[in-house]
Amino acid sequence: MTQNSAIRLESEIAVIGGGLVGSATAYGLARQGARVLMFDEGDIAYRASRGNFALVWVQSKGLGMPEYATWTKASAEQWSTLAKSLRDDTDIDVAHHQPGGFILCLSEAEMEARINAMRRLHNQPKMVQYPYEVLDHDETKRRLPAIGPDVVGSVFCPLDGHVNSLRLFRALHTAIARLKVDYRPNSPIESIKPDHDGFLINGPWGQARVQKVVLAAGLGNARLAPMVGLHAPVRPSKGQVIVTEKAAPFLHHPMVTVRQTDEGGVMIGDSQEDLGFDTVVTPPVISLMAQRAVRMFPLLAGLNIVRTWSALRVMSPDGFPIYDQSQSCPGAFVVTCHSGVTLAANHTLTLAHHILEGTLPASLEAFSSRRFHVSSAA
Amino acid sequence: MKTIKDVAALSECYDLLVIGAGPAGMAAAATGAEQGLSTLLIDENPAPGGQIYRGITTTPVAAKETLGADYWRGTDLVRDLTASEATYAPETTVWSVGPAAEGPSDPGRMEVGVSVGGAARLIQARQVIAATGALERPFPIPGWTLPGVMTAGGAQIALKTSGLVPDGRVVVAGSGPLLYLLTAQLRAAGAKISVMLDTTPHENWGRAIRYASDFLRSPYLGKGLKLLLGAHRGMRIVRGITAIEADGDSRVRSVRFRHGSKEEELPCDVLLLHQGVVPNINLANAVGCALDWDDDQLTWVPQTDEWYETSVKGFTIAGDGAGIGGAESAALRGRLAALGAGHRLGRLSAKDRDQMAAPVRTELMRAGRGRRFLDVLYRPAKAFRVPKADDTIVCRCEEVTAGKLRETVALGVAGPNQMKSFLRCGMGPCQGRLCGLTVTELIADTRGVSPNEVGGYRLRPPIKPITLGELAALPKTPAAIKAVER
Amino acid sequence: MFRRLPDLGGETVNFTIDGRPATARLGDTVAAALLASGMESCRTTPVSGAPRAPYCMMGVCFECLVTINGIGNRQSCLIPVAEGMAIETQKGARSIASEYSAKGDAA
Repeated sequence: MTQNSAIRLESEIAVIGGGLVGSATAYGLARQGARVLMFDEGDIAYRASRGNFALVWVQSKGLGMPEYATWTKASAEQWSTLAKSLRDDTDIDVAHHQPGGFILCLSEAEMEARINAMRRLHNQPKMVQYPYEVLDHDETKRRLPAIGPDVVGSVFCPLDGHVNSLRLFRALHTAIARLKVDYRPNSPIESIKPDHDGFLINGPWGQARVQKVVLAAGLGNARLAPMVGLHAPVRPSKGQVIVTEKAAPFLHHPMVTVRQTDEGGVMIGDSQEDLGFDTVVTPPVISLMAQRAVRMFPLLAGLNIVRTWSALRVMSPDGFPIYDQSQSCPGAFVVTCHSGVTLAANHTLTLAHHILEGTLPASLEAFSSRRFHVSSAA
Repeated sequence: MKTIKDVAALSECYDLLVIGAGPAGMAAAATGAEQGLSTLLIDENPAPGGQIYRGITTTPVAAKETLGADYWRGTDLVRDLTASEATYAPETTVWSVGPAAEGPSDPGRMEVGVSVGGAARLIQARQVIAATGALERPFPIPGWTLPGVMTAGGAQIALKTSGLVPDGRVVVAGSGPLLYLLTAQLRAAGAKISVMLDTTPHENWGRAIRYASDFLRSPYLGKGLKLLLGAHRGMRIVRGITAIEADGDSRVRSVRFRHGSKEEELPCDVLLLHQGVVPNINLANAVGCALDWDDDQLTWVPQTDEWYETSVKGFTIAGDGAGIGGAESAALRGRLAALGAGHRLGRLSAKDRDQMAAPVRTELMRAGRGRRFLDVLYRPAKAFRVPKADDTIVCRCEEVTAGKLRETVALGVAGPNQMKSFLRCGMGPCQGRLCGLTVTELIADTRGVSPNEVGGYRLRPPIKPITLGELAALPKTPAAIKAVER
Repeated sequence: MFRRLPDLGGETVNFTIDGRPATARLGDTVAAALLASGMESCRTTPVSGAPRAPYCMMGVCFECLVTINGIGNRQSCLIPVAEGMAIETQKGARSIASEYSAKGDAA
């Protein structure tokens, strides 16, 4: 494309990435009156947002980084505020429910490993405290009558919940459109250059001049971050998902690997494979996922599968989010995580505010990518 | 021919696996078996024939003239198939085709997920020919989801397989040779059709005329004239229809339509819709075959070479699934596809293959003459492809309307896959078969760009329903255990 | 909505629709048998509760879903009707909980 035909844009803040992380952050910025430009790719992109499992999940998160547990719990706690805000702004109900969630174990070994992991998680110094319960088969069965005999026990946490993530995605986009965010799909980014009071962003579509830039481009952050003195060493982690036809409601709590959506379909997920950018659905993996789901809930066996797919999680070296402001190019931020649904409330209600202020608080220091330099030096 | 109705009785691996027992599939399987290839023909129906020759071995409609000579031509294909060494698996579905992960790896070897009577299994094939045929183009008008509204092809299947004819006040609507054929068949069977609403745009005649000379020398001519002349007698035909709406509460009660400046409403018990057929590309799409938008046929067509091999090695598409050509052309293309596969499997030299193919290609040329005239003449009107009325349902499964789609394009949603995330369109059990083309064209129209730029739904297996229980019973691998049990 | 051509001959199959006895012709699919029996709609949708009936008769539209012998969401246009088959129309989303408990009671 020639420079002549290219467009020129000016704005206060550019958010790069129109997925759940980018749109939740853009929503937060626009709610506070910022003028926001949001760049996105086209119809076919890696889009972790389309592959997510829609959990707002607390238990089991933060082993190795207690600050992540604190951050996650805070987001779960303000999720109903986000849901209400979206309902007020768009009339879209994102079906946020927080009935508490279960991790079901299918063998004594799994049960023991789960209990140990929870114990180690909660024994960490600086660990935020919240309730959880270890349940045997009978107590799990009392609370979840549909479980099968193979379920040995479970861990239940009342903070866990879920949403309709597709509706969340639409609600965020509808809300930012109403708040006049300038959304630019099909607009890949080639370069970002610091330029006296801000940044020049270039792509085949043209050029934009902004005062601040937020990198929320998922796996694309790895390439974009160094352009503004940031570091985001993220890599893809493949997850395969199965979804079934709609069924009348039978499962009133989310499991970490099985949930029934408010629309009736059952989602089965949470495989993890380190295979680069491969997104092929493989029968042995989805077969094992299906088998485990049917062992957990035998009544699922007769349900027809409507679709399977795989998506790429955005994984940092230690699996935790990266929130950082560039030291060499102040005004450039990076936001990346693999829990775009759980953390959406924080991104809209907390993070956006700090980005507008221009400083990330001490509570987010643990998420700086400087932690990767330290560990590689050690 | 050996018939198998038990998933355990299938072999581990076939040289050639053919999916679909319509004209292309029957011809491909017979031709493959003739070369000595171990050949499996899989079909989801209880008897061979596909849609065009549906029920040809079982139909109770004995009077030959009711279904017509073209229908009975399918008998020859069934005879050749029956006489061959191919294995035939009826009432069997193929829900996935992917590269074979393990075992001997010749290029193009594939793993095929099949399901019979509630039991699934993965088998292998060295070459796959998908003869998945065509389906009727979506016809999104207000009220098309009401009981009593059906595709014309659906009514034709009820006639062929069960000797059923629509009863009461029957209205047929749409455009294209199959609509006229079905109308003639139904009337020959004694159905009373109160009116035919012809939606063929007047201006198509002007565009089609330059292809008419080919058509005049084509085999279509005789058939076409007979149908058109037959159609005239004793039935009201309203041409130049620009809008149709089905009304009713629990079922269709009336049909409203516009022609010129006139609007009319007629009571109606059965409304049969048809505006041409399009390739059934769901399997090809899920396998990952490159597809192109065909602006004449207004549909996605898989890229294929002269032996109908797609961009995915070893995966061939024969018949209408690779572009609409009709039953005769489909059978010929099935034979060519099987010759191509035979050569790739080392069974035929290039010379033998070409020699055997030469007369088939000559026939194919003849059979295709006049097709272009029909394509241009019966290119459906935009009003029936991109619904104007905002409350028209586009995605029948998730009940997503045209208005909602347009509203969402305005948010910046550029293509059908993002649209799926936003509105769930295409996410129901039909997997976009009944809305894919409409959604692509509607987005293209709203954005003012070409359908090719907009793209289509990206599909994933299973492309036919299997249960979680069936999937759960398939073999696991150590890598899968590592990926799932953490 | 549909009527059978006269003098077709062939064997008769007995089945039930929502418990009411009905007959079909051997070789009919379940969808054809339902159309011939005068049924108007075979289900209501899980999204809006709107009535639906067989539309394509060739396995692509998934409108003809019914419960057959206790299993919901079967594509009736692909399944041959059989002697003694119990066919039920569906209301909204399939209830796997009641299907499962009915199966347990039968066992």
